[in-house]
Amino acid sequence: MDLSFGPEYEEFRAEVQTFLREHGGRSPQNAGMRAPESLAWQKLLIENGYTARTIPKEYGGFGAPPDIIKSRIIAEEFADARVNTGLGGQGISMLVPTLLEMGTEAQKLELIKPTIQGEMIWCQGYSEPGAGSDLASLTTRAVLDGDEWVVNGQKIWTSTAQLADWIFCLVRTEPDAPKHKGISFLLFKMDTPGIEIRPLVDMTGVANFNETFFTDVRLPKDQIVGQRGEGWMVANAVLGHERDSLGNPNNTLMRLNALTELMKTETVGGERLIDNPVYRDRLMQIQGRVMAMRFNDLRVLSSRLNKGQDAALARMIVKLQGTELRHDLEGMAIDILGEVGLSYGDNPHTRSAGSWQSQYMYYLGLIIGGGTSQIQKNIISERGLDMPREPKVEKAG
Amino acid sequence: MRFGLSEEQTLLEDSVNRFLRDHVALDRVRTYADGDSDDDIWQGLTELGIPALLVPEAQGGVELSPLDAAVVAESLGYHVAPGPFLGSAVMAPTALASAGDHDEELSALAAGEFRIGIAFGESIGRRIEAQVTAAGGRISGSSLFAFDADADAYLVADSNHHLYLVRAAATGLERAVLTTVDRTRRTVELTYNNVEAELVSDDTSVYEATLDIGRVMLAADTLGAAQAMIDQAVAYAKQREQFNRPIASFQAVKHMCAEMTASLEPCRAMVWFAAHALADLPDEARVTACHTKAHLAEVGKFVAKTATEVHGGMGFTDLLGLHYWFKRCGSNRQWLGAPELVREEAAQLQGLA
Ligand SMILES: Cc1cc2nc3c(=O)[nH]c(=O)nc-3n(C[C@H](O)[C@H](O)[C@H](O)COP(=O)(O)OP(=O)(O)OC[C@H]3O[C@@H](n4cnc5c(N)ncnc54)[C@H](O)[C@@H]3O)c2cc1C
Repeated sequence: MDLSFGPEYEEFRAEVQTFLREHGGRSPQNAGMRAPESLAWQKLLIENGYTARTIPKEYGGFGAPPDIIKSRIIAEEFADARVNTGLGGQGISMLVPTLLEMGTEAQKLELIKPTIQGEMIWCQGYSEPGAGSDLASLTTRAVLDGDEWVVNGQKIWTSTAQLADWIFCLVRTEPDAPKHKGISFLLFKMDTPGIEIRPLVDMTGVANFNETFFTDVRLPKDQIVGQRGEGWMVANAVLGHERDSLGNPNNTLMRLNALTELMKTETVGGERLIDNPVYRDRLMQIQGRVMAMRFNDLRVLSSRLNKGQDAALARMIVKLQGTELRHDLEGMAIDILGEVGLSYGDNPHTRSAGSWQSQYMYYLGLIIGGGTSQIQKNIISERGLDMPREPKVEKAG
Repeated sequence: MRFGLSEEQTLLEDSVNRFLRDHVALDRVRTYADGDSDDDIWQGLTELGIPALLVPEAQGGVELSPLDAAVVAESLGYHVAPGPFLGSAVMAPTALASAGDHDEELSALAAGEFRIGIAFGESIGRRIEAQVTAAGGRISGSSLFAFDADADAYLVADSNHHLYLVRAAATGLERAVLTTVDRTRRTVELTYNNVEAELVSDDTSVYEATLDIGRVMLAADTLGAAQAMIDQAVAYAKQREQFNRPIASFQAVKHMCAEMTASLEPCRAMVWFAAHALADLPDEARVTACHTKAHLAEVGKFVAKTATEVHGGMGFTDLLGLHYWFKRCGSNRQWLGAPELVREEAAQLQGLA
């Protein structure tokens, strides 16, 4: 066990801290994806190598050689200072890694730069009404007509489709192949004729996801990532990235700090919440869980640095544990606020900008989205523990 | 021995359920959430005699027991029904009847013509921005999350556990709606600028009886709401197919439903007992009321989350509306004392703290 990153890294950490001291105060809070301050902040982060760090310069990134320790230090310091880490979203967290791994040179040149700069927003068109957990049974189809794909079908739960410029979409192109082998990964513009978006309001009261309908949507033949029929493989290559980001312990740490702050300032009946031993114990339990997940994250990091260190299980549990932990943390804040914890929307008595209730619900959404907790448990037991799969049932009729 | 509802209570349950099913389906709940009044709902429940349930016969009531009220509360929770039941039909009649001397208000309550809301924030947990001081027949300060928004008067408890009646129309009273997650109920902030306040009782046992029955009713409401969520989850799981089979055939989904049931089923007996104890077992009433409130809060939270998960993405939508039940369980949990606070009271009542 050696926990020091070495002197050159401590120097780097000092650099990050200086940047945060000088600029951190100007990082946008709760600004929208398209807000000028969000885009300006993103630009500053890229220029300094604090986001899009290892993306080559020709694709608009900072172009540093991959160094996961440095990435790690950046994440730690930003979380500690509670400074906005730049834009996220499915384009940046899922599509860009996919393109870097499997895109053509032309795709990388055209799409990565505007995406990481926040000028090109993406949505993810995977789930369908009949294909959620069983994603591979999707039926939206695309057929080649000359030099164009023609797409017909329907997606659902498409987050941010109403804002997106482009979609990355799984479609069936080889109807006669076995279901996992008949899917392709297509990219197209959301203003293409034939796309209809119907907003779906979620339990938080916001219409963040949508039903997305495709009627004879035409796109150039080369807007495919990987080969025909390889879409499942392409999608799976990045699903891991999504799941890591959903359980991210550094974000959870920021919320833990906010909760601790709340407990130090909020009083009920004249007593600070932190002075109540029962609440304090609950906080300590949550803190212990956050700590475990952060060290788990370090171990996963280490396994990528050191050959022969196996942390497959440690990585596999992140989405399950991370989203449940975050849901519990947000719920605890509601509990300790008593009736005030119910405040929502325009209620002047909301604490912490009203985030506790909405995050509590949102994280229930993330327990479901990106592969439900039950599906995560199936993966852990079947792939992680090598337990036999449920017997497959053939399609009736 | 007979541990269960009487025939009359089952009939009462059926008639309330029938009314709510026919007149307060989810669409109606949504229109209330969007700002409509609940007058017609309260009117319908009045025709069934609900506001008179706990009012003494002498004041035109039917003088039934807390268990009868719990049966109604459960039905209201099952249908996430809006309405002033908790204050006007349960807590206010309990307070006024045990304090005595309020025949006129009790008769008006029994007739469904008068609504009395509850403002207990100060006595449950005083906040920096809301404190109540009462002296010389006047009250100053403010109450948060008073329920309901359309009451004609409010029963206000101060930190000494004295109860006051404040008219909504009194000079110096301001009332502002406070949005909460639970849109099946409307709560308000009351601001008292030296407002006339009639002392109802300075006997703390009146306050305690009022609080206890309120807590048991919130627990009964959660019992109904959670049962509705389980019923919906089970029905959805049988019908939704993935991997060429109903998701109900996956053991993971079955176990979620079985765990919800295993947690909620004992709650039914607990709510019955707690309600019964309020009238008939004074030595056990207070502790059981606290535990029932807290335990149902925990089980309700678990069921609300799990039933949503069984529905997958659909559970997260407004379209399905499952979130109305989720949030109802959530607000029942927070009102009149969140679990830790109520459990601490249970310990104190037993001399353990
Ligand atoms: C907030 C949110 C955002 C989302 N964003 C997007 C997006 O941008 N793009 C996109 O394509 N999709 C998105 N989704 C969809 C998400 O990926 C699906 O909701 C999820 O995969 C579950 O599918 P489903 O909703 O069809 O539920 P179902 O698959 O119908 O699941 C219902 C229940 O059955 C259980 N179940 C199903 N199969 C099994 C099994 N084999 N074993 C055990 N239990 C099982 C599930 O765990 C769940 O409890 C989002 C979802 C949410 C909630």
